[in-house]
Amino acid sequence: MLEVDDLACLKGDRLLFRGLAFRLQAGELLRVAGPNGVGKTSLLRLVTGLALAEAGEVRWQGCPIRRDREAFHRELLYLGHAPSINDLLSPLENLRFACAAAGDGSDEEACTQALVRIGLANQLDLPARVLSQGQRRRVGLARLFLSARRALWVLDEPFTALDVKAVADLAQALSDHCAGGGMVMLTTHQDAPFAVAPRVLDVGAYAC
Amino acid sequence: MNSPERSRSLFRFAAPHNFYPLAGRLAPWFATAALVLTVAGLWLGFFVAPTDATQGEVYRVIFIHVPAAWMSMFVYLVMAFWSAVGLVMNTRLSFIMSQALAPTGAMFCFVALWTGALWGKPTWGAYWVWDARLTSQLLLLFLYFGFIALTRAIEDPRRADRAGAIIALVGAVNVPIIYFSVQWWNTLHQGASVSLNKAPSMATTMLLGMLVMAIAAWMYTIAVVLWRARSMILERERHTEWVGAVLEREAQGGRA
Amino acid sequence: MLSTFLAVLRRDLLLAWRGRADVLVTLAFFVIVVCLFPFGVGAEPNQLRAIAPGVLWVAALLACLLSLHRLFAQDHADGTLEQLLLSSEPAALWVAAKVLAFWLSTGLPVVAVAPGLALLLDLEQGALPVLVLSLALGTPILGLLGAVGAALTLGLRGGGMLLALLVLPLFVPVLIFGAGAVEAEASGTGAAAHLLLLGGGLAGALALAPWACAAALRISTD
Repeated sequence: MLEVDDLACLKGDRLLFRGLAFRLQAGELLRVAGPNGVGKTSLLRLVTGLALAEAGEVRWQGCPIRRDREAFHRELLYLGHAPSINDLLSPLENLRFACAAAGDGSDEEACTQALVRIGLANQLDLPARVLSQGQRRRVGLARLFLSARRALWVLDEPFTALDVKAVADLAQALSDHCAGGGMVMLTTHQDAPFAVAPRVLDVGAYAC
Repeated sequence: MNSPERSRSLFRFAAPHNFYPLAGRLAPWFATAALVLTVAGLWLGFFVAPTDATQGEVYRVIFIHVPAAWMSMFVYLVMAFWSAVGLVMNTRLSFIMSQALAPTGAMFCFVALWTGALWGKPTWGAYWVWDARLTSQLLLLFLYFGFIALTRAIEDPRRADRAGAIIALVGAVNVPIIYFSVQWWNTLHQGASVSLNKAPSMATTMLLGMLVMAIAAWMYTIAVVLWRARSMILERERHTEWVGAVLEREAQGGRA
Repeated sequence: MLSTFLAVLRRDLLLAWRGRADVLVTLAFFVIVVCLFPFGVGAEPNQLRAIAPGVLWVAALLACLLSLHRLFAQDHADGTLEQLLLSSEPAALWVAAKVLAFWLSTGLPVVAVAPGLALLLDLEQGALPVLVLSLALGTPILGLLGAVGAALTLGLRGGGMLLALLVLPLFVPVLIFGAGAVEAEASGTGAAAHLLLLGGGLAGALALAPWACAAALRISTD
């Protein structure tokens, strides 16, 4: 279970939000909502431990994430705004590196299958710089198929630049993850066909 | 904005909030002490202490040079100390202290170099000699510049605080290494030079004058750092209620 | 644990290979800086021989400095750095891998061409092995210290100049012992002490710098 208590976020010298609290149970899908600039991405980064909270605490399975960062990060998959794709590497090389660096296996066969499944069968060995925005995003998203054992998925605008079919596939994958006892926390500005309607957390309600 | 109680628990303003008036009360005392001690030290150094047998009157620059050099090194250590405290305890006041110290440390460093050059001209016949002490002092000045430039270049105050703390600690680890390496390099490249503390059998009044000046430098540093920390606190917490109240009170005081 | 280290090392070396023009530019810079000195100080062989260790070392140091900003910039821009920071492996480990890859792709070529340049400056041939050895021990220290500076100045305006201001004073001991080793060998006093100190410095930097660099990266991506 992910517990967030009394969280406050400072950006520069501006307080974005404070007193933010929520719980995320196994099997839940949480959509973080709010207008631009309210601090959705900042909230996701606080939850992952990339950013330091001004006040408050994030706990994973009852333990503050600052205290046992490594255990938390073993269970976490975060896909941020930037797709973390290097232009000089092919999608397959990028994906294998991402998995290996995170500590997952980087089996070539499994990575190839994940890329084929997400619709990049013809681009496996092209340099990433020739890919479109949507295709780059897919390379990042392919990690979802290889990280099922990671319980908490934190996704920043995963649907951006994807076509309709890809959005539906992704929504299906997220619903499946939750059905299997995982947790998903995401931001998005578009409606996606989730199997179960996600819970909504409105960051605007905590804005300063 | 939020109530003071709330902001105390939320943003750890408690320390700066209490520190601000305390620093305001203490700083004038330290400044007065610095002034009195400087006058006393200079009087001791320039009128009471005897003329040096080998160096004549020129040696009197040590009453400024030596305390400044001590201070510049010590201030760096104090800076590193506050940086470590800040990183470990995550207290904002520690970072403010270390950043408030840096310009004063750099100033003392510069004074030490400048007076060293003035002393060097009549003694060595050149304003600058690549003497081990002078060179280490110069590198220390560069370390100060690096710290100040880095903390000024980063706009986000929290990142600036913590990045500055890291570079201060890295610098502090390196200061002894730099000093040792420069010493080594110096002994290889030139013979022993006239050194300040080889002045034969210092008279008691000389020592006393130097000591008084050193304490004066301390008092000055404390006073200036308190004042600088105060204005940094005001700038950083300008959005809070208590700073608003303080500014209002001071504006009224100014008009009255 | 080793798999993350190896994955980062392999990827960075692959990237260095695909972007090998950068490495060649660094090398060309090194060569040109060294070649400038005879024009500046005159081509008198005795004089060149006397300044050769210092010139080679300063040029190597500058070449290293100029490529340092590349160490994390791309990974920071494309989000890879965040992913690495979220790895469950200790950050110091992959930082060390990145610095090793950086050294293999930037430092090692500099070490390799240095003897050739030393001949241009008429450095005594007996001192060439010591030159190579001192650069091989010293340039990794530059990379490790520089990585901390590169991490702290990540994404800042004017970051390159700031990086130079931060790390150049820290490079001074390496320069002293590195150039000192070559000079001592050339003048016949033996370079063992210098090389031992460089080795000690490398061990110390290896033990401390990756941790400092990892902390700096966390601060810079906050």
